Amino acid sequence: MTEIFAARTQMAVSLGFHIIFASIGMSMPFLMAVSHWRWIKTKDPVYLELTKNWSQGVAVFFAVGAVSGTALSFELGLLWPKFMELAGPIIGMPFSWEGTAFFIEAIFLGIYLYGWGRVPGSAHWCSGLLVGLSGLASAFFVVCANGWMNAPAGFDWVNGQAVNINPWAAMFNRAAFPQGLHMALAAFTAVGFAVAGIHALGLLKNPKSLLHRKAFQIALLFGSISAILLPLQGDRLAKRLAALQPAKFAAMEALYQTSAPAPLVLGGFPSDQGQTVRWGVEIPGALSFLAHGDFHSEVAGLDKVPAEERPPVAPTHLAFDLMAGIGTLLALTSLFALLASWKKPAWLLDTRFLKWTVLCLPLGFLAIEAGWTVTEVGRQPWIIYGILKTRDAVTSTPGLFYSMLLFTVLYLFLAFMVAWLMVRRFRHAD
Amino acid sequence: MRIELTGAFLAISLLFYCLFGGADFGAGILEIFTGGKDREKQKELIAHAIGPVWEANHMWLVLAVVILFNGFPKAYVALSTTYYIPLTLLLVGIIFRGCAFTFGRYDAVKDGSQHYYSLFFKISGVMVPMTLGMIAGGTFLGKGGKGDFASSYISPWFNFFSFSVGLFTCALFGFLAAIYLVGETHKAELQELFTTRARTFNVAAILTGLLVFISAQGEGFPLASLFITKPLSALSMAGATVILVPLWLALKSRRHFLLRGLAMVQVALVLAGWFSLQFPVLIATSSGAVTLTNAAAPEITLKYLLLALAAGCLLIFPSLFYLFKIFKYPARKDVS
Repeated sequence: MTEIFAARTQMAVSLGFHIIFASIGMSMPFLMAVSHWRWIKTKDPVYLELTKNWSQGVAVFFAVGAVSGTALSFELGLLWPKFMELAGPIIGMPFSWEGTAFFIEAIFLGIYLYGWGRVPGSAHWCSGLLVGLSGLASAFFVVCANGWMNAPAGFDWVNGQAVNINPWAAMFNRAAFPQGLHMALAAFTAVGFAVAGIHALGLLKNPKSLLHRKAFQIALLFGSISAILLPLQGDRLAKRLAALQPAKFAAMEALYQTSAPAPLVLGGFPSDQGQTVRWGVEIPGALSFLAHGDFHSEVAGLDKVPAEERPPVAPTHLAFDLMAGIGTLLALTSLFALLASWKKPAWLLDTRFLKWTVLCLPLGFLAIEAGWTVTEVGRQPWIIYGILKTRDAVTSTPGLFYSMLLFTVLYLFLAFMVAWLMVRRFRHAD
Repeated sequence: MRIELTGAFLAISLLFYCLFGGADFGAGILEIFTGGKDREKQKELIAHAIGPVWEANHMWLVLAVVILFNGFPKAYVALSTTYYIPLTLLLVGIIFRGCAFTFGRYDAVKDGSQHYYSLFFKISGVMVPMTLGMIAGGTFLGKGGKGDFASSYISPWFNFFSFSVGLFTCALFGFLAAIYLVGETHKAELQELFTTRARTFNVAAILTGLLVFISAQGEGFPLASLFITKPLSALSMAGATVILVPLWLALKSRRHFLLRGLAMVQVALVLAGWFSLQFPVLIATSSGAVTLTNAAAPEITLKYLLLALAAGCLLIFPSLFYLFKIFKYPARKDVS
């Protein structure tokens, strides 16, 4: 295993692990706030029980998210020192804000989790909301930095040196806002459907449980609204992407030849040798429409990108199709759910729909992982698009294989532990 | 001016991490020594003391890292390259501690697995201060250099001096934890116990502190004479020693808030002594020092960083004050 491959694997494992916990950490407080609010308004004890149940489950995810996030802030330097040396002065500002947001999140999490009976009701509720808002802010700041890697801004690149640095322009790069919004909606969708799935499971076991029913309703509504907004916003992100990073766009759509009109290829196996996609389904002109809003427009293919600057096509394309496929599936489910809750609420509690929701439980997270695969693999060979290559950013420290192995084993173990704890909690509750 | 200000924020973050986050790890060290019929009560007291605050306390480290890579990127790079191994161990310790503590607290079934959570909590309670101290010692000593793997990546931190600083850090963190825990309970026997622990760890800190000086001489580094040449360091050092008298008197009288204040001032003086001794060097290396000046980011970056930190303080300090007011003042009710 080469050093760079080990470094990339460790980074992928760490990010892939952290993103699950971060998504839960920034979404669950809003679900808890709804349930908590209902308890304050109705004094129905089921809502209190639900809020406490959720917060006790979520406490574990928060802690794991906080420590794995801390690890990431070090790993950036451990693995990619040359990237950090260049990026730190330019894009460090959102990280310094993220530090504050992360801090506020941790403080109010403590107040929220341990505040029952110690903090007045309204202040307690507000603390919970602050956890969610600061979690969201912190996610946005981090994604700003990732956006900058995709669409570098706020400096001039002169003879391999960054001059005329403008941290403000760097932070508000053209990818920052659409990417941040996409991440937030994706987290809401994934968490909404995962929680709905867990409580659907509870309802299948115990159909009379009021707690599971209320929880299912809150989570499904939350997930559904986000899941419907997500593809609409994703479409705008794709158009921005087509303009900012044509190479990534061509790779994720597996478009080898520049075409006008360009077809949308669904699935299939891209082959770099043949410059074709085998067994894919083509929709003529659809890609032109997706990229530029015009069925006949030209879309730049990978042939416009020098061979050594092309991202790996197959993983990018398949990850993108997985993400978009899940997104479509969840959006359709959401449309049905919203329609049903308006016209025929009994449908939602039908065994078949409950079973379907259980199947949807992991899908949102799978889509998040796939989406980040598109973002990161699709930007290769660059770590900062057009500026610095990943292979030039990796540390000179040897033996990265062992640290990669350590983190992989550690995170696999922790993932297993968290899953085991949740199963224990779920069984214990019944 | 901006460079020094940013450096001051970095120093303050590290100081607060030691004073608050350090004590949380120190509680892990103290858990090693729990025993007797009160064993479960002692562990429970520790869990209740750190539960609401450990995540917030931990954030001082995150802030310090952010300041480092935003404000002093070259120092961040030098640190993470040379200290790859201890930093990785530090992270593993941080991850273990947070997970072990939370898993234990929120496991729906309280069974034999609690034993393993506690075990990991104790291991990481030693691992984090130890590696933190070894890294700090390394940045001060600047041993090793370019060459083979051992001299580039091992000897900077794996030496007698760094090891002594690691032990000293463990003692200080354990001492802080014991002092804080005295004020966390009204039960006389627990107060008695943690007062004794505080004394023990204070003595341990003095002894390991001496070891730091001895080991520095052993590494050919005249630490004692260096202290004399820097008035601020010498003053801090003298202050940290003199404060032992009121501290031990307060330990007798059990005036918890005075006690906490004195202990914090003592640890702060120790750190201040170190900071002023090392200033303006961030990381000493055999091929020249990484200093505040030569590692600093451009002026405009520092300007925005300082603005963010100032705004951050306005948000963080009132929130922290609220957190501590709820859970730490007045001294908490006993756990039944």
